[in-house]
Amino acid sequence: MAATRSITWRGALTDAFVGGLVAAALALPMLGFRLVDSALALSVGFRLDWVLWAALVVFAGRLALNLLRMTGGLPDLRLGERLSARMGNTRHWASWAMIGFATVLPFLPFSDRSLVDKATMVLIYVMLGWGLNIVVGLAGLLDLGFVAFYAVGAYSYALLSTTFGWSFWVCLPLAGLFAAGFGVALGFPVLRLRGDYLAIVTLGFGEIIRVILQNWQDLTGGPAGISGIPRPTLFGLPFLARAPEGGQTFAEFFGLKFSGDHRVIFLYFVILMLALLTNLFTLRIRRLPVGRAWEALREDEIACRSLGLNPTTIKLSAFATGAMFAGFAGSFFATRQGFISPESFTFIESAVILAIVVLGGMGSQVGVVLAALLLVGLPEWFRELQQYRMLAFGGAMVLIMLWRPSGLLSSRSPTISLGGGK
Amino acid sequence: MTATRPPLLEVEHVTMRFGGLFAVNDLSFSAARKQITAVIGPNGAGKTTLFNCITGFYKPQVGRMALHHDDGPVLLERLDDHRIASRARVARTFQNIRLFARMSVLENLIVAQHQDLMKASAFSLAGLLGLARYHKAEKKALERARYWLDKVGLLDHADDEAGSLPYGSQRRLEIARAMCTDPVLLCLDEPAAGLNPRESHELNGLLTGIRDEHGIGLLLIEHDMSVVMGISDWVVVLDYGRKIAEDTPERVRRDPAVIRAYLGEEENEDLPPEVARDVEEDS
Ligand SMILES: Nc1ncnc2c1ncn2[C@@H]1O[C@H](COP(=O)(O)OP(=O)(O)OP(=O)(O)O)[C@@H](O)[C@H]1O
Ligand SMILES: [Mg+2]
Repeated sequence: MAATRSITWRGALTDAFVGGLVAAALALPMLGFRLVDSALALSVGFRLDWVLWAALVVFAGRLALNLLRMTGGLPDLRLGERLSARMGNTRHWASWAMIGFATVLPFLPFSDRSLVDKATMVLIYVMLGWGLNIVVGLAGLLDLGFVAFYAVGAYSYALLSTTFGWSFWVCLPLAGLFAAGFGVALGFPVLRLRGDYLAIVTLGFGEIIRVILQNWQDLTGGPAGISGIPRPTLFGLPFLARAPEGGQTFAEFFGLKFSGDHRVIFLYFVILMLALLTNLFTLRIRRLPVGRAWEALREDEIACRSLGLNPTTIKLSAFATGAMFAGFAGSFFATRQGFISPESFTFIESAVILAIVVLGGMGSQVGVVLAALLLVGLPEWFRELQQYRMLAFGGAMVLIMLWRPSGLLSSRSPTISLGGGK
Repeated sequence: MTATRPPLLEVEHVTMRFGGLFAVNDLSFSAARKQITAVIGPNGAGKTTLFNCITGFYKPQVGRMALHHDDGPVLLERLDDHRIASRARVARTFQNIRLFARMSVLENLIVAQHQDLMKASAFSLAGLLGLARYHKAEKKALERARYWLDKVGLLDHADDEAGSLPYGSQRRLEIARAMCTDPVLLCLDEPAAGLNPRESHELNGLLTGIRDEHGIGLLLIEHDMSVVMGISDWVVVLDYGRKIAEDTPERVRRDPAVIRAYLGEEENEDLPPEVARDVEEDS
């Protein structure tokens, strides 16, 4: 922030001091109090030393940062650019390596059930990030209610499968269609809105969907949610210890010993496939008229209209497409959990998905993967930090935004060149 | 203009009000095919507002605007802005350049051909499935883009980000992009603004080329009198939203009313003495 201003010793010290004060003010409520559970009753204890430490750490950090700037800038500030450029050159290679790694991950010696489970979680967010990337990154429509479509997908699958007994693979496309329908439903009223206003309305939409799910007792089961959602099968082969009447389980069919891991790994591959499908779709559609129209709309809506592009259909198609992938991801989420409730679809989910897109670098597919690993993967690892997890998370966000204000990877390569259709 | 065939664009009694301000006031004029019609006037005369009415960004409160295609007239005031571009085939550029800045130069020109590509690709489905039909349409679009890139001298910059081009190139790219929509009428809002004399001269060549080779009508807002006098076939002069003169460039520049309203300094020198005295007394 002070990159252009020349910094003096005095300025650096004052700045660090102010930073320390702010940290102390923030730390007082966050770290300063503690509930003491004595034998008789709860009482409040103080931890003022912690507050002092927090203030000191921020003071020292801020001072160090300022001094670094004084002596000619952060040493490796351009690492990100280099990374971006490198990724640009070897993008193909890197993507294939990532896909290869993701494919063999469950079979690597160090991977266990919990790792595959976490990876599945990360992949759900990668897929959601890629879906939202269509709306935010490509079409430039700031959507803060994306979780609504995720919820619609999840509830569609849960309701269809529990009511009609349809299988996951039949319900999946239907859930995607329903979510896309909701995407259009949201799109209509917000056609004229952009930027902040659009963000607020979509935020409201997300909350409305959640509140409806919570209160429409007869259909959605209200706060209790829906349980007993059928698990997916591999062409009709269930992942169970014992087969239902006249059937065969996955383990029996392949002559394996039953293990709970099979289902975990199977689910992992399902979401990997769905996510890659999303990615493939996005990469392709970016090179097609619709995809280019999305990007053009992001750049300048008025110019679009002057060229005969109809902003209504372009926006609706972006909302619908993004929502469809969220719907797929939602169905998967429902079948994985076996139980869903409105709890899972709160605003914080939308915020995390949006953070993944922004942090990854708007429009960057690989960036989304990195950001999802960072935002969903790392916090899973650092569960030991307990209640300070979110604090660490926030700190990491601040650092990244300092380091790469436009996202981790933010280079864009043209979708067409004169050489040919490539 | 022959009696049998109506002019390309007929503007009749168009009035555009913003509150109490008459930005365009009961304006009538017409623009012919294969001609450059210049619209000039002092700052705030209502030129851009007129363009916004013709291209559908504003809906005038009063008036009729007819664009005569070979197969009959299209009434512009009834169409949405994007339909004016796609159905009536009126293309425009903007006073403050509006490119798709973070897309490549070539992509800008391909987006301009959205209509054709969309039809050919069945709303992108054919493209998604990689059908040959789409590839053919894309090839055609690329050919047209290449043609216009060549025309405006940006062939070597096809893959550059549009926003990174120098100002003069951005102006030319905007014209190329408008031409890629295959218009019958091209409206240019101050295309020479900010260009150096050499670029401005090249622009004249480009515009007369478009008129002579492509046989379309051009509507040109311009402050640079060397451009207006050099290339336009007909000049319409606005002041406070009203038309104060309409004539050939030679006669317009000698029109006392025009000189009074439009005090172009460089024109002063070659005014006839009696007009110069007129102007002196007025100011
Ligand atoms: N959207 C609007 N709302 C209110 N007033 C407007 C609007 N657009 C234009 N005006 C007013 O209409 C008048 C004509 O403006 P216009 O932009 O058409 O002038 P212009 O001839 O293009 O001028 P310039 O040569 O400076 O580009 C001005 O007084 C302007 O303030
Ligand atoms: Mg203007």
